Amino acid sequence: MNKYMNNNTGEMAKYEAVIGLETHVELSTNTKMFCGCALSFGAEPNTRTCPVCLGLPGTLPVINSKAVQFAIKTALALNCSINKSSIFHRKNYFYADMPKNYQISQYNRPLASNGFLDVDMGSYVRRVGITRVHMEEDTGKLIHTGSSGRISESDASIVDYNRAGTPLIEIVTEPDIRTPAEAKEYLIALRNIILYLDVSDCSMEQGSLRCDANISLKPAGAKSMGTKTEIKNLNSFRFIQRGLEYEYKRQAGLLEEGKKVLQQTRHYDHLTDTTSALRLKEEAHDYRYFPDPDLVPLIMDKDAVQDIKREIPELPGEKIKRYLEVFGLPDETARLIASDKDTAQYFDRCANILGPGKLKAAANWITGDFAAYLNKESLKIKQSGISAESLCSLIEMIEGGRISSKIAKSVFEEMAQSKKEPQDIIMEHNLEQVSDEGELSKIIDEVIAANDEVVQQVKDGKDKAIGFLIGQVMAKTKGKANPALVNGIMSKKLKK
Amino acid sequence: MQLNFLTAHKLKKMLEKREVCASDIAASIQESCEKLQPKINAYINFDKSILQKQAEEIECYIAAGGKLHDFTAIPVAVKDNICTHGIKTTCASKILADYVPVYDATVIKKLQEHKYVLAGKANMDEFAMGSSNENSAFGPVKNPLDLQMVPGGSSGGPAAAVCAGMAICALGSDTGGSIRQPASLCGIVGLKPTYGLVSRYGLISFASSLDQVGPITRDVTDSANLLSAISGWDQCDSTSINTGKVSYKDFLVDDIKGLNIGVPKQLMAEGVDSQVADSVNNALEMAQHLGANIEQISLPSLEYALSVFYVIAPSEASSNLSKFDGVRYGYRNMQASTLHQMYRQTRAQGFGPEVKRRIMIGTYCLSSGYYDAYYEKAQRVRTLIINDFKKAFEKYDVLISPTSPTTAFKIGEKTGDPLSMYLSDICTIPVNLAGLPAISIPCGLSSENLPIGLQIIAGTLREDLIFKTAYSLEKAIGFNKFPLHLYE
Ligand SMILES: [Zn+2]
Repeated sequence: MNKYMNNNTGEMAKYEAVIGLETHVELSTNTKMFCGCALSFGAEPNTRTCPVCLGLPGTLPVINSKAVQFAIKTALALNCSINKSSIFHRKNYFYADMPKNYQISQYNRPLASNGFLDVDMGSYVRRVGITRVHMEEDTGKLIHTGSSGRISESDASIVDYNRAGTPLIEIVTEPDIRTPAEAKEYLIALRNIILYLDVSDCSMEQGSLRCDANISLKPAGAKSMGTKTEIKNLNSFRFIQRGLEYEYKRQAGLLEEGKKVLQQTRHYDHLTDTTSALRLKEEAHDYRYFPDPDLVPLIMDKDAVQDIKREIPELPGEKIKRYLEVFGLPDETARLIASDKDTAQYFDRCANILGPGKLKAAANWITGDFAAYLNKESLKIKQSGISAESLCSLIEMIEGGRISSKIAKSVFEEMAQSKKEPQDIIMEHNLEQVSDEGELSKIIDEVIAANDEVVQQVKDGKDKAIGFLIGQVMAKTKGKANPALVNGIMSKKLKK
Repeated sequence: MQLNFLTAHKLKKMLEKREVCASDIAASIQESCEKLQPKINAYINFDKSILQKQAEEIECYIAAGGKLHDFTAIPVAVKDNICTHGIKTTCASKILADYVPVYDATVIKKLQEHKYVLAGKANMDEFAMGSSNENSAFGPVKNPLDLQMVPGGSSGGPAAAVCAGMAICALGSDTGGSIRQPASLCGIVGLKPTYGLVSRYGLISFASSLDQVGPITRDVTDSANLLSAISGWDQCDSTSINTGKVSYKDFLVDDIKGLNIGVPKQLMAEGVDSQVADSVNNALEMAQHLGANIEQISLPSLEYALSVFYVIAPSEASSNLSKFDGVRYGYRNMQASTLHQMYRQTRAQGFGPEVKRRIMIGTYCLSSGYYDAYYEKAQRVRTLIINDFKKAFEKYDVLISPTSPTTAFKIGEKTGDPLSMYLSDICTIPVNLAGLPAISIPCGLSSENLPIGLQIIAGTLREDLIFKTAYSLEKAIGFNKFPLHLYE
């Protein structure tokens, strides 16, 4: 059982939540869904438009085949079956951000259906059914003038159609999710897969990943479903969980009081951490779906689907499995590395260079000092300037005894700062570990000669005192002495 | 004969022999337009300075040794629902009264390659909805052969322009008969090509699954040549068909010996004026003399064609016309203080009554709870109609029927009764539902001296059979009717 359900009040366990998510993902194709305009985030308003995406009279849409490929790739990664023939419908409603006052979308014959995503909750796995994956075009953006940005307080609204026609996929789950935490983890896992597929940048801040949730409550163990509400504006992983938690409590409260939950669309406000119902008028839509007569059915031939399937890289779940079973990495390390595509790729490159004997060292670096550095500097691994090859040569030097692991840390720091190769840094600062027995023997003799008292203590059986002597040797060599070698020689000399 | 009553293929020969120049042709058209536009109202936008400028450019082109194409220097009237870059394109609607497109329709680009001359933007029923050209925000068009009469619709302007010598030929659009019916009522030739043969890119949609651009011409030869000029696959239109380059004039053969002609009894049923039926039967007799086999046939599903059409076309139209909302272009009501008020008032004032009627019908048919009973069912019956035609074309090369059940009717006669107006497309509508090609050629005159049109229908992409049959019958019938009285 997860901790949310066992949480504080009794009401939490009394009702079981039934949650489904609808996620919109903007695809990062070069051009829009039905025209040749470049995609753009942050471009001058209305500069990335053409007669087609402005819906000018007489224009016609033409399907972007790259967008279809991206959508199929995603659907396959979510274990969906691709429908042999799918149809684009028109979803009719009036709004000023819609150039045609209908959105080209898919309705009863979507691109793909019947998939699933396994969400790892640590102590258990929640399999979330994917009802469908379909394609559609995005709308433009309305900007309400005035400081608040709210329509009710503005005196004019202006519209930017740059986003209009951006290819979107919508991923709809079965109502299989049982807790707000699962909803959050589902979305994290989904995002990670899509990032692995490289079909979207999945930025929730920029709106290229957007999520709406449905939630209803039923008495724990009951079969019948409760009345659901839809929650919009869940624009971060945190808000997904918070919004659903609030809605759970609100619905549970109503049920406790014997009141009815109304079927509503509710808006999550992260400032107050509450949801509020949208006005009825705003949700009373009859979209009058019908097949878009300007487009022909999308026929998917098996070979094309197979070709796309072959392009799917190893996904996070498979990666974790390989790290655990083949590489023998600790569970937490494996998950941490796989949770970021670039990190996993980086690690895989290191593992390739280093081979099975030393790849654990790479994993430790990547999740340890390297991660700490990136975190401190707010960098992505790609931006670090440290290539896998450089990190590996650093590791090779440690493993080969050329530098101590303590020195290695400072070498790494300099690598990060100066982007120099570890080899060069070591040469430049003369940091190579001293493993010459003759040389070390000489230094040890000097230390022994200078510390009669401590030497006596050791000889009297105070073994711990030897640490001080070794420390002296390290200090004399500026940390470059091979500690294992020093220890051996020192012990031998003192036992004489 | 005045230059403006000649065909494009005749003018081409004269241009080749240097018997005329581009400016002569343009001047002749300009003269007739200046004289007749006030009487006929064939154009919404006619600009003589643009006409002259184009003619001058083409003179230079020809002088520089430029190739003479079929439509080089030929003034073509373009229905005002086909987008012309920088030139107003209104759809005969108040809502687009000042709309200037920023691009050219594909058919216009193709004619530009021919170095054609845009004669003007021709009047039409608003958004191509109508059969009499009385639903225009810019006033009705008169039939040049009898100014009391309608020219037919919705391509009434293009048909009247060609009939009256205000253009050599024209581009119309045909959703349920909008090229063929006015061609029939004006005594000229109108072709609706196979759906997908001509790109719709730049044609302002009425009903996307039915609309086709096609030629309106003085004779069958010009029809074939104009189709060759405007047809062809277009990457901008997902519904366009790739046939490769076809020269349709190669099918203009005067030989229908052994041709199997079916006459669907559903298209010769009650409601067809007896003079119209007689005239068509006359033509069929001629065909028989020329060696064709004529048989009566039955396509039972055609009985439902009108009903199916008036579900599907308004449904698509209701969605296609939602973009006219005052937000981005076109007419906007400036008094409105909210978005929804602006939508309502803009559309209430911008659209005419017939357009509103069809938007209402279509919105209703697509509404949840009614979709299955109307739109979905209409699509199923549409499939039956397609299959009935398919079966017929297994046995027959072409089908022949009247184009319109009546000759031109009086202006105002049917405006109060939409249903009787809708019935004037009863013979042409089934063809659009099945996506087939069909032509209307004149086959005779009524006792009132009004032209009667005959429709030849062929199977998908069998324009070859249409041209062969039409060409042969045109020769046999020898129809000739010019509104010369207008010039007296
Ligand atoms: Zn565009």
